Amino acid sequence: MTKGWTRRRALAAGAGTALLPLVHMRTAHAAGSLSVGFWDHWVPTGNDVMKKQVHAWADKNKVDVQIDFITSNGNKLLMTKAAESQARTGHDFIAFQTWEVNQYADQLENVDDVMKGLTDKYGQTNEVCEYLGRVKGHWLAVPTSSGTQIKGPCGRISLLKNLAGLDVTSLYPAKPAPGAGDAGWTYDAMLKAMEALKKGGVPVAIGLGLTTDSTDAIGAIFSAFGAALVDSEGNTKVKSDAVRQVLEYGQKFVKFLPEDTISFDDASNNRALISGKSALIFNPPSAWAVAKRDNIKVAEDCWTFPAPAGPKGRFDPYLPYFWGIWSFSKNKSAAKDLIAYLCQREQVEERCNVVQGYDLPPFESMLDFKVWEEVEPPKGTLYNYPLRKWHNARPSIAASWASPDVAVQIYNRGTLPTMFAKLLTGSSIEQTMAWAESELEGFLR
Amino acid sequence: MADGTLAPPAAIPRGVSAKPRSGIKQLARRRSLTAFLMCVPLLVLIGGLVLWPAIYSIYLSMLNKKMTRFVWFDNFVFLLNRPTFRDVIFQSVIFAVSAVVFKALIGFVLAHVMHNIPSRNQRIWRGLLLIPWVIPLAMSTLTWWWLFDPSYSAFNWVLNAFGFPSVPWLGVTWWARFSVILVNVWYGAPFFLIMYLAALKSVPEQLYEAATIDGAGSWAKLRYVTLPMMRNIISITVLFSLIVTFANFDIVRILTSGGPQDQTHLFSTYAFVVGIESGDIPLGAAVSLFMLPILAVFAYFILRGVSRRSKEGLG
Repeated sequence: MTKGWTRRRALAAGAGTALLPLVHMRTAHAAGSLSVGFWDHWVPTGNDVMKKQVHAWADKNKVDVQIDFITSNGNKLLMTKAAESQARTGHDFIAFQTWEVNQYADQLENVDDVMKGLTDKYGQTNEVCEYLGRVKGHWLAVPTSSGTQIKGPCGRISLLKNLAGLDVTSLYPAKPAPGAGDAGWTYDAMLKAMEALKKGGVPVAIGLGLTTDSTDAIGAIFSAFGAALVDSEGNTKVKSDAVRQVLEYGQKFVKFLPEDTISFDDASNNRALISGKSALIFNPPSAWAVAKRDNIKVAEDCWTFPAPAGPKGRFDPYLPYFWGIWSFSKNKSAAKDLIAYLCQREQVEERCNVVQGYDLPPFESMLDFKVWEEVEPPKGTLYNYPLRKWHNARPSIAASWASPDVAVQIYNRGTLPTMFAKLLTGSSIEQTMAWAESELEGFLR
Repeated sequence: MADGTLAPPAAIPRGVSAKPRSGIKQLARRRSLTAFLMCVPLLVLIGGLVLWPAIYSIYLSMLNKKMTRFVWFDNFVFLLNRPTFRDVIFQSVIFAVSAVVFKALIGFVLAHVMHNIPSRNQRIWRGLLLIPWVIPLAMSTLTWWWLFDPSYSAFNWVLNAFGFPSVPWLGVTWWARFSVILVNVWYGAPFFLIMYLAALKSVPEQLYEAATIDGAGSWAKLRYVTLPMMRNIISITVLFSLIVTFANFDIVRILTSGGPQDQTHLFSTYAFVVGIESGDIPLGAAVSLFMLPILAVFAYFILRGVSRRSKEGLG
C-alpha cells in the first residue's frame, strides 16, 4: 500500500480529482449559462411545469440555466426590472407586463427573428400584443401565455338568472356558436342587471380603486363607448361627445356598485364573489379556482363570459405578458432559443392544462386547447374565457388609444376609475372632465 | 483612536525637547492612519449606501423623462404646478405632523405612567408596550388592513353589533387619512415611550426633592423640572421621528395605495407610482427629494435649539 501510493502520486490523484468536476461542467454546459426571471405563477404547479420544460431544454442544449420565479405581488417583478435596467446587469430575459416593453424599449433586444418563426407557424398575435410588444415596427419582446389573462365577467349562474333574469349559460353556451340573445348583452342590459342585483344584496363587484382590476374593467367600458381621453398624437380629447356619453353612463353605473367600491384593491372583487356577496365580477378565472378550493358551492355556480357591448363594440379587458431579452444579456442566442422553445404549441398547452386554463396563448390558432371545455365545475365554465370568433369582441387594454408613454400613466395612476369615483362622490360631469384634463396635462409633458 | 488624534499641538507642554515631540507626532500620525483604516469599511458602507444613492437621485431628478438631457430644476417646477402634487405635499405634512404630535403625547404620558409603576412590574409592561414597534411594520399593517377591510372590517362588525352603521375606513378621504395616521401612531408611540422613559430615569431625584422643599406641586415639577431636563431628548426624538414619518411608505402602500382618489399619497408612495409604476424615474426622484428641504429646515431649528441648550448646560 505504502509502496503503491507515494505522496507524489496521492497529490497528483487529488489534483486530478479536483479538476474533474470543472471539466465535467464545461462539457455539460458547453453552450454557456442563462439566467431567467419568470413571473411567479399563483398556481404553484404552474412554476413546476415551467421548470420541467426549461430543464428539458437546458439538458438538450447543454446550457446551465438559473431560473427565478419573481412574484408580481408588492411590485417585486416591476422593481427587479427597474433595478436591472439601471444596473445593466441581471437576468438574460425576464417577464414584462403591459407597457413595460415600451418603457424599457432602449434596453431590449430585437426579437423579430423569434416572432417571425412563431407567426409563420402559428399566425398573428392579437392587436393588444402588437400594440404593446412592437415598438417602431420591431418586436422587442415575445408575447407569452404565462400570466396572460382576460378579465371578463365571471358571474353566479343562479343569482343572475333569478335576480336579473340573465341566463348566462344560454347567452354564452359551452359550444362554438353564439347563444340566444348574445346581441342583447350590452352595457344597458348590464345596468338593468346591476340594479336588480344591488336590490337583491349581491351587487356587481367592480372596483373604482387605483389598482389594475379597477382600471381594466372601467377601461373596457371607455373603449366600448369609444371614449378616448387623448389620441395617439397627444391631443387631449376629454371634452368629446364620447367621453361625455361614457360619463353619463357612469353616473348611473356607479350607483349600483358596492358601498366600498372606491377602496377596492385587486383582491376585493375575488373575495366578494367567493364569499357570496356579489353575483358578478370582472376577473380572470383565479377567483373561480380559489372558490373551487374554498367554497365549492360558489365555484359550481360560476360562469365566465365576454364583456357587454357598447355603442362602439365589445371589448374584453386583456392583460398580456411578454418575455424580453435585455440588451446587456451575455447569451442572447440561447435566450432566443429558449423563448422560441417555450412558445411552441406543445409547451404552451402543457402549461395551460396545469394552470386550469388561466394562461391565454397570444396566438389565435392555439385557442382550441381542450382545457377550456374540460375544466369544471360546472362543465364549460371557462369555455368562453378565451376570445372566440363568435363573441364579436376585441381585446382591449385601458388607455390604448394613447401612445404607450402616456397610456402607462393613465393606466397606473388609475385615471379612468378615478373619473367614475369622482362621479360617485358627487362631482359633476364638467368637474370630472376638468380634473381629467388637468391630470392629462401632467402626463403629456 | 481619540488619544492619538484629538490632542491639539498647543497642549504639548513647553520645554519638551523637539525629538520626543516629533516621535509622538509620528506615533499620532500612525495611530490616526490606523484609525482611519479601521473606519474605511464603515465609510465605504455609508458612501455606497447613503451618499452615492443620495447624489445619484439628485442627479436623476434633474434629467428629462427619457433621461437623455439635463433639465436642472424643471421637474420640481413642473411638480409644483400640479394640483395632485400640491395635495401630496398637504397630505404628507398633515400625516407627519399629526402622527408625530400624537406619538409624542402618547409616549410622554405612557413614559410617566411607566416611570411610576414599581420596577418589578415595569419590565412586563415595557415589553408589552414595545410589541407594536418590534413587529415588522408590513406585517402589522396587514393586520390593520384586515381590521379596516372595506368588505369585512372587524371594527365595523363590532360597530354593527352595537347598532352603529359601518364606517368606510379606507374609502372616504378623511377616514382614510385618519386610518393611516392611526396605524403610524400605534406603531411609533413605543419609540417615544422608550426614549422618554430613559430621559425620565436620568433626571436626578434631588431636583424633585429640592422642588418639593420649595413647595412645588406635581404640575410645577413637571413644568420646571421634568420638561426642561427632557427638552433635548424630546427635540431629538421629534426630529428623528419626523424624518422617519415623512419617509413612511409601507402603511399607505398597504392600507390604501394612495387612494381614495390619490387623497392619502405621501411623498414616498407618490414617488413610487410616478417613478417606478409610470416609468418617469426623474420625476419620481424629484418627488422624493421634496422632503429634503422640508426636513432640512426642521432639522436646522431643532438641532440649533439642542446645541444652544447644551451650551447653557440644560438637558
